Amino acid sequence: MNNVLNQQLQNREKAVQRLKVGIPQALLYYQYIPLWKRFFEELGAEVVISAPTNKVTVDLGVKQTVDEACFPVKLYFGHILELADQVDYLFVPRLVSVEEKSFICPKFLGLPDMVRHGIDRLPKLISPNVNLHKGKHQVYKSVWEVGKLFTNKPWKLYQAYQKAYQQQVKYQQLLLQGLFPPDALAYLEVLTTPEVMPDSDQADCSPELACTLEQEDLPLTIAVISHPYNLYDDHASMGLLTKLRTMGVKVLTPENVAEETIKQQNEKLPKRLFWSMGQRLVGSAFHYLERADVDGIIHMAAFGCGPDSFTGELIERELRRQGKKGYLSLTIDEHTGEAGVVTRLEAFLDMLQRRSDPVSLGDKVINSNKGINADKVINGNKVIKGE
Amino acid sequence: MSELKVTFPHMGNMYICIRAVLEKLGVSVVVPPPSSKQTLTLGSPHSPEFACLPLKMNLGNFIEARKLGANTIVMAGGVGPCRFGYYAQIQREILKDMGYDYRMIVLEPPDKHISQLLVELKQLAGGNNWWKIIKALQFAWQKVAAVDRLEKRVQKLRPRELKSGVVDRVYDVGLAKIDAAQDFASIRAVEAETMEQLNAIPVDWSQPCLKIGLVGEIYILLEPFANFHIERRLGQLGIEVERSIYLSEWVNENLFLGLVRGVKDSEQAKAKARPYLNHFIGGHGQESVGHAIHFQDQGFAGVIQLAPFTCMPEIVAQSIFAKVRVERELPTLSLIIDEHAGEAGLVTRLEAFVDLLRRQQQLKEAVTYEPIFGH
Repeated sequence: MNNVLNQQLQNREKAVQRLKVGIPQALLYYQYIPLWKRFFEELGAEVVISAPTNKVTVDLGVKQTVDEACFPVKLYFGHILELADQVDYLFVPRLVSVEEKSFICPKFLGLPDMVRHGIDRLPKLISPNVNLHKGKHQVYKSVWEVGKLFTNKPWKLYQAYQKAYQQQVKYQQLLLQGLFPPDALAYLEVLTTPEVMPDSDQADCSPELACTLEQEDLPLTIAVISHPYNLYDDHASMGLLTKLRTMGVKVLTPENVAEETIKQQNEKLPKRLFWSMGQRLVGSAFHYLERADVDGIIHMAAFGCGPDSFTGELIERELRRQGKKGYLSLTIDEHTGEAGVVTRLEAFLDMLQRRSDPVSLGDKVINSNKGINADKVINGNKVIKGE
Repeated sequence: MSELKVTFPHMGNMYICIRAVLEKLGVSVVVPPPSSKQTLTLGSPHSPEFACLPLKMNLGNFIEARKLGANTIVMAGGVGPCRFGYYAQIQREILKDMGYDYRMIVLEPPDKHISQLLVELKQLAGGNNWWKIIKALQFAWQKVAAVDRLEKRVQKLRPRELKSGVVDRVYDVGLAKIDAAQDFASIRAVEAETMEQLNAIPVDWSQPCLKIGLVGEIYILLEPFANFHIERRLGQLGIEVERSIYLSEWVNENLFLGLVRGVKDSEQAKAKARPYLNHFIGGHGQESVGHAIHFQDQGFAGVIQLAPFTCMPEIVAQSIFAKVRVERELPTLSLIIDEHAGEAGLVTRLEAFVDLLRRQQQLKEAVTYEPIFGH
């Protein structure tokens, strides 16, 4: 192993430029790709990202994992399998903890082991432990562990990480402005190429970008609470976001909420949630529950997701106790059929529409008891008078 | 302030240990009825659909205990990533919405020193001094250690008994007597008496019994209702079992932080897991993989993994078992349990697995004995 490393470091200038690092477009991709991509590129590697999820990805992933694994993990395996032949290294970090005294989910803890032992014929894995349980400075251990495969100059490594970190900060700012990750990522690609000069935040926006920023004057506003790897994966979520936008709904997501707000809302819980992503879901849901402009909440979770079964429960109970907003719970897995989801969405939106505007229903006064006498038989809209 | 009538969830023989501590501290205890189908039927409808089975069972226990007059629940806490650490919070919200007037006391596990546990107990049993609390813990420890010693003997005798069911009858009587014992001398006497009775039962030592290791998540491993009394069934099939988790060992490692010497801990198992699973993953995931390998090294014929549906650490372990099965040629069977699990299906799989192991054993012996008979 040492000989191999020395060899690579000696031919560094030439070899590193040819090294391909594969990153699957699944799980934590949506949260950290700006950081990871920039880091590897600064070290001279070529980053290869898997194609967006499609039917083939799902089939590959489902065959390779145990039945009990949640859908997002199955998708991850599918992406890995698609990448495996194309790259020299696969980046599969073990994210134990991204903040103090919190975890993500046991599956993230065991992800590199599951991948390594679940798939034959893999390229080398880059699997640093990222454990910030005891403090943020621990990240530098992981940075060094990864970086030394590409360079032995600590200063170069430090700079690469700082640049990557700046990219990540820009990304998070875009999210807070109301962009969704796919759009924010597209925008970042544009920003980082030298030809395009960033020119404040209007005219240079692409048309698609513009429509995300201008969601004013829509009749309904819905907060969709879900993990980013479910929500922004078009295939996994059955295009939920696009569907909602087409139906004329303004959509808000957990990514649009600031970290301080999340922390503040989480203080309402008697005991701190020890899942980082769970905190974000609960924090953003509680925040949206307080906003008068939000009409309803859609909670989308993968079938069998452990942490979501608990955080979803907390969100639903709080919502019901307040009794003011509508709630829809969607479950996704590899079997999901789109028709069922569309039907439920339409019914949910109808319900929210009626709640906010019952008068427009004309004769069909369903949500009022005026004029309905218990003695009379009611047949459709006609009231048949009894004796 | 009305008197505290304390209840807690069931998990196998754990009630003996908890009742011992609380009653010694003068706290009035309401032990829920033994877990049953009724418990699950009461608990499931109010629990989140994908919550792991233990939460649903716990809720059922609390509802049943309420009918017997309990007004306070003592639950353990945790720091994750396993969901168990958040059980008490979810249960509290559910009971509140159901209109149950329950007070919930959560004992968080000590992360540095056993004194943290003592402080929490003092808050629960206010009038007691430190000495009494320590004595109460010692008392509970003696009971749980005695129960485990009897249980290990039972696991050896059960598959070999000539008349089915005798060993378990003696064991059940012994458990009840230990639960009722009021002082250290009685515990010792009952243990000795029960052990003597067990050893007097007619058994057949001539036939070697196949050994199966049971690994997995602690609740399903220890709660017989949840695992469909798997140890007794395997015993009836002539199989000797050993578990990866025994209550006394778990209590010593996690609550007493290793205070009692000479009790096995999970370090050896974790070490054996390293080639496959080199990191803590929450719950007992790493121990499951490690113990499976450890059992194989000790000559066990196969391993059965028991886990609740959606148990995250055990799903990771289950994925690793796929590789262990192939590389180490260790037969494993994973039984995933939830409220829809059917007894018939489970029994069928169990019998098939045992048949498979017996056949493998026969083939191995045939290969070994051939040279002696020449040809």
